[in-house]
Amino acid sequence: MSTSPDNENLTRRRLMMGLPLAGAAVLGVGFWKMLAGMQRGSFNPHDINAPVLNRPVPEFTVPDQAPGQGFSAQDLRGLTKPVLVNFFASWCIPCLAEMPTLMSLKDDLTLWGIAYKDRPENAANFLKHSGNPFTRLGSDHDGRIGMEWGISGVPETFLVGPGGIIRWHTATPLDVDTIRNTLIPLLEKLKAS
Amino acid sequence: MLSPELGHYALALACIFAAAQGILPLIGAHRRDRRVMMLAPGLALGQLFALAISFLCLVYAAVTDDFSVQNVAANSAVTKPLLYKITGVWGNHEGSVLLWALILGICGAAVAAFGRNLPSALRARVIAVLGAVAAGFELFCLTTSDPFARVWPAPMDGQGMNPLLQDPGLAFHPPILYTGYVGFAVPFAFAIAALMEGRVDAAWGRWVRPWAVAAWCFLTCGIALGSWWSYYVLGWGGYWFWDPVENASLIPWLTGTALIHSAIVVEKREGLKIWTVLLAIATFSFSLSGTFLVRSGILNSVHAFANDPARGIFILGLLGVVIGGSLALFAYRAPALTAGGLFAPVSREGALVLNNILLCSICAVVVTGTMYPPFMSLLFDRTISVGKPFFDATTIPLALPLFVFMGFGPMLPWKRAQLWPVLQRLWLAAIVTAIAFLVAAFGVSGVLPVLSCGVAVWIIAASITDITERVRLFRMPLAGSLQRARMLPRSVFGTALAHAGVGVTVLGLAAMSQAQHKIVEVPVGTTEHLAGYDWTLTNVTQEPGPNYSALVATIEIHHNGRLVTVMHPSKRSFNSQNQTTTEVSIHTNLLADLYGVLGDKHGTDAAPTYVLRLHYNPLAPWMWLGALIMAIGGALSLSDRRMRVGAPRRAKLSSETVTAA
Repeated sequence: MSTSPDNENLTRRRLMMGLPLAGAAVLGVGFWKMLAGMQRGSFNPHDINAPVLNRPVPEFTVPDQAPGQGFSAQDLRGLTKPVLVNFFASWCIPCLAEMPTLMSLKDDLTLWGIAYKDRPENAANFLKHSGNPFTRLGSDHDGRIGMEWGISGVPETFLVGPGGIIRWHTATPLDVDTIRNTLIPLLEKLKAS
Repeated sequence: MLSPELGHYALALACIFAAAQGILPLIGAHRRDRRVMMLAPGLALGQLFALAISFLCLVYAAVTDDFSVQNVAANSAVTKPLLYKITGVWGNHEGSVLLWALILGICGAAVAAFGRNLPSALRARVIAVLGAVAAGFELFCLTTSDPFARVWPAPMDGQGMNPLLQDPGLAFHPPILYTGYVGFAVPFAFAIAALMEGRVDAAWGRWVRPWAVAAWCFLTCGIALGSWWSYYVLGWGGYWFWDPVENASLIPWLTGTALIHSAIVVEKREGLKIWTVLLAIATFSFSLSGTFLVRSGILNSVHAFANDPARGIFILGLLGVVIGGSLALFAYRAPALTAGGLFAPVSREGALVLNNILLCSICAVVVTGTMYPPFMSLLFDRTISVGKPFFDATTIPLALPLFVFMGFGPMLPWKRAQLWPVLQRLWLAAIVTAIAFLVAAFGVSGVLPVLSCGVAVWIIAASITDITERVRLFRMPLAGSLQRARMLPRSVFGTALAHAGVGVTVLGLAAMSQAQHKIVEVPVGTTEHLAGYDWTLTNVTQEPGPNYSALVATIEIHHNGRLVTVMHPSKRSFNSQNQTTTEVSIHTNLLADLYGVLGDKHGTDAAPTYVLRLHYNPLAPWMWLGALIMAIGGALSLSDRRMRVGAPRRAKLSSETVTAA
């Protein structure tokens, strides 16, 4: 009888020592699925936002962010002109670096901004220092709206065409070359159609 | 003579040597056949020799501009400077896998050369495990990432290297980092050998620790070098981006740090044996999966490697064999290992357990944050990002208590301790810390930076106190203190130095949260004010370089009317790749970095304006300096007499007499 608690103990030890293997196996199966998906083309971690292109903007409402007024999917769908929607954050230096470019754009194109995972007061301060190119501004404090849009980080910029259709998207800071070579031709095309 | 075909042949030969090295010594150890076991060192040296020839052939092809080799054609060019032709060999996927295999070969040969005092069966098994792992990776290199593949007809010139990689810091980053990663293969091999033998004792801890410490030193330097590189090359003024590639190096560093601490408990008290074996397996597993999963393209990273899912399948299979096999062996054999020395919660062992719990918690958090996005995307088809806010919010609260306990952990006696006497000896350090808190509370904004400054000073002060207490400084004549200092084992100094290095790094990190920056668009001749300095853009010129042309700005920086420095940040356009890079200009006085970046050119050609990014980064160099101090501390404890090769045998004899008794 005295061996049974010992045996129980040993079984428990065995189960415990098997845990790392089980964990690694789960991860391994996951990785295998991802790789298989990448080969078939159904899983692509690098092109995560491709599905949103030429689709309507997701359902969302973003509350006000000082000094601007928030907006919703309805507002974007009611548009007749294209709008550039930019996700930014005060903690993101590439966003800060992008600001002069956005400022130079604001006279030619309507810009709406969403402060992503940022405290409203920090975002407001950020815009006070770097200049505010946005005509409307929302605060996505918990990052849920960014999730709806499928962003992978900040800065990310979406060109929303008339009717609230996402026409273009970039996950890198906007620069002069991109504007000249990609954004402007696209805007011309949208205007023509 | 050093033709690519010879290199290819040598690599295949190395693979065969490695396979033999992975099988024969195991058979020998199993049958207790000394002659077969004695094959192990020879095979390991043979494998290293073949790998060295193979690697030399690739370097030779790169240096002589042999563009019929596809790898050279894709990554090199005639105009590339010689240094980068050599370092470019490991700047791409195929070459870096070969470098990886070479370092693994060096590890195997090092165990063969320096492990003469190990029991012959253990040595044979350790070398065999290293051989088996090497065989797998050499096979991977041969079948899916052949660095010697030829192209015909050969192009006249190569495509050139990614200009971002054309940098001295990055040139030596991979070898150091890989030595860190691969170095943990040796503790891993020891762990597997111990599981095969079913025995872990104090002597095992003593043998493993130097290898783990050496690998840890290299990994620390490698991570610091990578962070420094992203600081001055990427030009965002940031030093750590929580990018999957960076996390892939941080995760094994965290478990490796836990390993070098828990191995102390195995060595001194025969405790935490199973845990240490698991940590040794985990550290190398994380090293492997980190570096190789990054290449498979699963993790979405800004560091682009040529991604190839087919290659990923091979890697995953290999990882499954190495990691799955070792964990299965662990699950099968570890329950039979006997638990060792008992200790009270408040003791040196207790402090080391706490260190392990906190380090592994941080590691778990980083693993979760890194793996969450791809798994969310796989399971729920949801794309999310996990960024700096998550990592800051989760790692800092775990790191702060770790830093607090680091202060007095080394001063606690083994087995059973009382906290109060130890804390009493730290009164001076406590006062210094309190002053630091007060100073920080006034000079620094934010709760976390103030707390971090405080604990950083606490770690440094407590580490110094540890030494002064041991040598009884000021409590006996100075000559006596010096005499005691000479008698102290070097590992004590190593510990104190490494811990103080952590403090220096934390101070740098805390100060960097106070960094100031400014982005302006200005014409030439404008003066900007930032952090008490006057930055004047005096000139912008166009200058040619060897394989690029550069737009160079001249910025004069004055402080209180006195010229501090003239910096030349620039933007380079590379002809061969149609790519531009920004060359940051940094002026440092070790207390702060003045950091200038030249951005886009705006306006008309008649009246151009330039985007300038100016950063003031207080204590920035301390972050990397601290890492260097940590590595020096590790090296110092490696030089300890007790860690040297002669010592283990004696330790083993004494441990055997203990078991016999």
